[in-house]
Amino acid sequence: MTAISEPPAESFRLSQLIYDSRYRSTTIQVVASILLLAAIYWLGRNIVSNLQDLGKDFNFGFLWQRSGYDINQRLIEYSNDSSHGRAALVGILNTLLVSVLGCITATFLGVFAGVLRLSKNWIVARLMTVYVEGFRNIPLLLWILLIFALMTEGTPQPRDFRGENPEASMILWDSVAVTNRGIFVPSPVWGDGAGLLALVFVLSLAGIWWFRRYAFARQEATGEILPIFWTSIGLLVIPTLVVYLGYSAMISKDQYPLIAAGGTEGASLVEYLEENRNPSICSVPDTAAVNLSTTLRGLEQRASIVTVSSVSEVQASLEAGDCVLAVMAPSAAETLIGSVDGVELATLSDTVDRGRPLQFERPQLAGFNFEGGAQLRNSLIALWFALSLYTGAFIAEIVRAGILAVSRGQTEAAFALGLRPNRTMNLVILPQAMRVIIPPLISQYLNLTKNSSLAIAVGYMDVRGTLGGITISQTGRELEGILLMGLFYLVTSLAISGVLNIYNNSVKLQER
Amino acid sequence: MSDIHSESSIAFVRTEMLEAKDPPSSQIGVVKWVRENLFSSWLNSILTILSIVFIYVVLKALIPWVFGGVWDAGSLGECRSVLNAFGQGGHGHGAACWAVIEDRWLQLLFGFYPPAEYWRPITFVVLMFVALLPILYSDYVSSKLMIFTAIFPFLAVWLIWGGSFWVPIMTAFGFIVGYVAFQVVSRVSFGGLGVAAGVLASVLWWLVAQGMIDDALNRTIGAARYDEALATAQAELAAAPELIEQAEARRDAIADDISVAVEGRDEVLEQIALIRSGESQGDLDVLQDQLLAMQDQLSAMRDTFTIAVRAATSAGAAQSDARQSASALAALPDQEAELPELRAARDEALAALPNALRGIGTGEDLPEGTSDEDEDALSAYLSLEADIVNTELAVDTTYRRLALTGLEPVESRNIGGFLLAIIIGMAGIILSLPLGILLALGRQSDLFIINKSSVAFIEVMRGVPLIVWLVTASLLLNYFLPPGTSFDLTLRVIIMVTLFSSAYIAEVIRGGLAALPTGQYEGADSLGLNYWQSMRLIILPQALKISIPGIVSSFIGLFKDTTLVAFIGLLDPIGLSNAIRASSEWNGIYWELFIFIGACFWIFCFSMSRYSQWLERKLHTGHR
Amino acid sequence: MKKSIFLGTLAVAGLAAGFVSAQTLDEVRARGNLSCGVSTGLAGFSMPDANGEWQGFDVAFCRAVAAAVLGDSTAVEFVPLTTQTRFTALASGEVDVLARNTTWTFSRDVDLRLEFVGVNYYDGQGFMVPRDLGVTSALELDGATVCIQTGTTTELNLADFFSSNNMGYEPVPVETNAEAQQQYLAGACDVYTTDASGLAATRATFEDPAGHVVLPEIVSKEPLGPLVRHGDSEWGDVARWTLNAMVAAEELGVTSANVAEMAAGTDNPEINRLLGTEGDLGGMLGLEADWAQNVIAQVGNYDEVFEGNIGASTPIGLSRGLNAQWTDGGLLYAPPFR
Repeated sequence: MTAISEPPAESFRLSQLIYDSRYRSTTIQVVASILLLAAIYWLGRNIVSNLQDLGKDFNFGFLWQRSGYDINQRLIEYSNDSSHGRAALVGILNTLLVSVLGCITATFLGVFAGVLRLSKNWIVARLMTVYVEGFRNIPLLLWILLIFALMTEGTPQPRDFRGENPEASMILWDSVAVTNRGIFVPSPVWGDGAGLLALVFVLSLAGIWWFRRYAFARQEATGEILPIFWTSIGLLVIPTLVVYLGYSAMISKDQYPLIAAGGTEGASLVEYLEENRNPSICSVPDTAAVNLSTTLRGLEQRASIVTVSSVSEVQASLEAGDCVLAVMAPSAAETLIGSVDGVELATLSDTVDRGRPLQFERPQLAGFNFEGGAQLRNSLIALWFALSLYTGAFIAEIVRAGILAVSRGQTEAAFALGLRPNRTMNLVILPQAMRVIIPPLISQYLNLTKNSSLAIAVGYMDVRGTLGGITISQTGRELEGILLMGLFYLVTSLAISGVLNIYNNSVKLQER
Repeated sequence: MSDIHSESSIAFVRTEMLEAKDPPSSQIGVVKWVRENLFSSWLNSILTILSIVFIYVVLKALIPWVFGGVWDAGSLGECRSVLNAFGQGGHGHGAACWAVIEDRWLQLLFGFYPPAEYWRPITFVVLMFVALLPILYSDYVSSKLMIFTAIFPFLAVWLIWGGSFWVPIMTAFGFIVGYVAFQVVSRVSFGGLGVAAGVLASVLWWLVAQGMIDDALNRTIGAARYDEALATAQAELAAAPELIEQAEARRDAIADDISVAVEGRDEVLEQIALIRSGESQGDLDVLQDQLLAMQDQLSAMRDTFTIAVRAATSAGAAQSDARQSASALAALPDQEAELPELRAARDEALAALPNALRGIGTGEDLPEGTSDEDEDALSAYLSLEADIVNTELAVDTTYRRLALTGLEPVESRNIGGFLLAIIIGMAGIILSLPLGILLALGRQSDLFIINKSSVAFIEVMRGVPLIVWLVTASLLLNYFLPPGTSFDLTLRVIIMVTLFSSAYIAEVIRGGLAALPTGQYEGADSLGLNYWQSMRLIILPQALKISIPGIVSSFIGLFKDTTLVAFIGLLDPIGLSNAIRASSEWNGIYWELFIFIGACFWIFCFSMSRYSQWLERKLHTGHR
Repeated sequence: MKKSIFLGTLAVAGLAAGFVSAQTLDEVRARGNLSCGVSTGLAGFSMPDANGEWQGFDVAFCRAVAAAVLGDSTAVEFVPLTTQTRFTALASGEVDVLARNTTWTFSRDVDLRLEFVGVNYYDGQGFMVPRDLGVTSALELDGATVCIQTGTTTELNLADFFSSNNMGYEPVPVETNAEAQQQYLAGACDVYTTDASGLAATRATFEDPAGHVVLPEIVSKEPLGPLVRHGDSEWGDVARWTLNAMVAAEELGVTSANVAEMAAGTDNPEINRLLGTEGDLGGMLGLEADWAQNVIAQVGNYDEVFEGNIGASTPIGLSRGLNAQWTDGGLLYAPPFR
């Protein structure tokens, strides 16, 4: 028993740090971290001393200063009196907007082109090959510039819509104008009763959800397949439509009086406008005000609406001279006329339709440009198109590869089971192809989001244009600006790849 | 019975075979192909018709525009008047104005690279393909060419930027130094330490030894050439005015000819305009032909004019070079004599300086309550220091020019156009390979800190768009370097692009590493190889080989992305197109430039991507 | 040691390194050329021609400084800079002087720590509209769509002008002048606004210049001038007095044609001082005595540069206007050479 030899007493030698593989990894890590820290320290010290040499400091105070520049494309309130921080926010939202729009259309385009590339139709397949190879092999920047130039040159300018025999005219029953400043489309306006409409719509959605659940349960239990699609459509449309028509019939005959500052009692709107060109309107945001401005534009006047939140604010605005015209319910108008001080108010002989619960304001030519409705600016469309077409070409290849990756045997087996072609596609092919398609697809979304930073080429004000462009130029805060911009892109990318990882884990083949 | 049967049946049976009928016309030839490939179902038929209509519309608009274009014109205005003469005016879009390409294509290819040195970038591109052969077609080309591939980067830098021939040789020698250090250290120690020692030795060589040897060579050769160079410079300076006068006279003579020719052309244009408006009679076709001939002649004259202008400019430049080198050479002995005195004065001033003030660079760092005398002493010392640096710089510059043995140096901001795109793209990929390999290994490593820092680097680089990195390079990189250093913008962009693409390359190589069967790793371990040996001898050669298609794709992406440098003021094709559009001759043109640039990019990228697909297929079958 | 490390590293790529010091003049001399920041392309002011030679009004100033410092107007490296990179390039020492039609403003001078050495072109922001729009005054532009170059002072002036006149507008930001021109001509914007000189230059290149009018309102002061780094007064003096020498030469009637003759000595002592035949003004600047002679002989006086690049006889066709000599009712007023 004593023969068991004691393990030799381990005496630690310094050379073990290098030669003993037990310690070596620790040594390497310690050395690496020291080098890393030294490099970070070196960079940091350089930044500090360079900033000092240039007499600059490192602070983000500029984000709260007045920006002084205007941005045309904005999703939130912004004017040149807003801060640089808000301008950055506008830019961030614009980046996200074009990225989301781009991802959606790129997916459609890519799936479309990818499927058609596999089509048996020779000419279509060749055409799609030309599309894919053309877009993949020419820099995106060139495509953006080309598409922007094409849209600028190829579409009419607003001036062409003017005159007796205009060179261009609006399409879709005079509701949409395609110009080289963008596409003007009708925008929805919520009137009285819109709340009820929304409530009914939400209830219909809930109904659809409940019905689908019921139909699935029924199919599981009995095998009977209920017509989910048509029932859903019916549920979606009919109740809302009935409420809309009913409510419209109730209120659309109502007329609202026009109250004008400095007008003659009983004068018509046209007479009033002769002395007050391009009047501004005070109103709570509703359809009556929109109808008034539509009328005004019909009379070749620009009409700006000063939005207020209540009738008493209308009074304040009229007194302050912010606006000269007001439109409201007859009862409110009477109280208003009695209570306003300092301004002569008169009721005009013309009246305005009260409007319907939901109306669409159509764009009209007024002044230099189309007004009313919503404008999809050319810069946005060009960028969106170029990004979608470019990324779509890459997605087409991914989709093609994904479909080719599912073996033919799968289809044949599904047919052997008696599944119809569309069910085969939905239940057998797509789920398998998706597993191959989704990961590279998401990395294409990532690329698209990053590529949206080329917006500057068409003057679309994304985060690179506002925070990383004008703000840096105007304030000279390049270090802070670029840092914030980089951080934004990094966070966005990490968020998207986070989604990718979650998805990957959920669809991973369960290996045995 | 049987006879009857046979007889009766024979009456109805043919004895000879029928000729095989042709298949129905819908089942053969073109018709069959069209039926099967174009009109197999109603959906397909609709798609086919739509496609044909689409192709027709596009070609109908495009073909006259492209092929009816004007090739000979000196400016957009001229181009438009020629088009008007052919009745294709109207906003200038009836046909293309390719004259801009004819006028500026060399600029779009080479940027402002000196025309006399165009052979250098051309050689560079040709040699680049030779150097790529053993990598891209490893099965068909002798692997001995790999030696040339290894030499090529140094040769390329020398070809493009010029300078004395020993600089690239010494730089390449740095790698040999590193390799020797690696071998020696890894013999006595383990691989990791060997790598560290190799890197350290190379860096030391480049930073210290190379500069010293270069200086010594410059001085020795320079001193030997001094007298001769001074005499040459003075002779050139004396001869220059006459040469300039001759060149300018020639240039002016051609300019006069051109203006005469333009007048003649304008007359023809006027006649055509009159005929078109119906104010006079005449044969339009004859005049139009005459106009074209005149434009052709004009364009030939303009070409000679360009050459004459270049000659005049280079005569002027030669004069200024001669003047500069004569004055620099004349000043050299004084400067050299002055240096020791300056150094002595500096040492004195430093000795006189209070300890607290040493090491201060600018007035702003002065401690509170410094006396006026001390401040004066400091500023005297600092100005001496600056004098020394500047004199040394002047002496060095003079010697460098004097000792120049090799190619004329070219400033990197003169490099532009597609040459710049190729250089940035190639440099980005080649330089990022080593870094990318290290990052990929780091990402696979079990060592926590190395793994996490590699992952962080890769994710940060990939998460932020290249354009932001380029803005960083142009606005911020100077902040990260020691105060007082500043790099050329092209170099800064190359550094940034290298870091950026190394993250992508790392991911590609990681894919290659992951694709190797585990058996390879285990096999290497079983042979008793250590980590670096197994990587170098077993894993990386295989992983790199299967990563080549991915690397080529990265290169295509990077090459396309080089267009973004236009945003930071580098004159790549797109930046140059902006500059061309700003010139008074071509103000207002864009389609032609964009289409030309797009076509060039397409040819390059498409052939690369075809290659990559071919390789992928080849590798694929190899694995099955 | 430090220097040789540096040169050693950079020799690898054959690229030059510079030291940012307070001694730009010596450094330029040691290097043998001037590095000058210019616009990436603006007709008349700075643009490369078919031979890659830079031409233009701003370019001429760079050449003048090179002629003054090095006696050679061709010893200039032109560094094209965008609106965004220009100040950083100057501050980091990448360029010695910036001549990129930059507006002299308080915050740039003080907060960005730059030093404007004078004004080489007095400009102001104007508006251009197509004639058939029927607009005669900028005050009629309520609701117009305006093309504008980003990152410049014009952007801020525009916002100020419209909000102070209580008008609305829609900005269409563009990156370069060429881009803006394309948008404007296609009618994607009603108005193009930039410096009046730029408007004139742009209008001159149109197919139909008469179809466009520049509105009478000038909404801002845009003194465009070259600038150098803050804190190097010697170098600032060189740049400033080079500009002044060109202006004074015009006033005194010295041109590139007669400078050689006048350098022999004239009756006018100021000309003699300027050309270095009397006194030692050059020496005071740290330059050769014949520095101004070189400038005028190789580049020309202010008038020659103006007329040669942007004047009435060029496609740009600008008249002198505010940029005439003070004796002709303009604002150019060079301090005495004494």
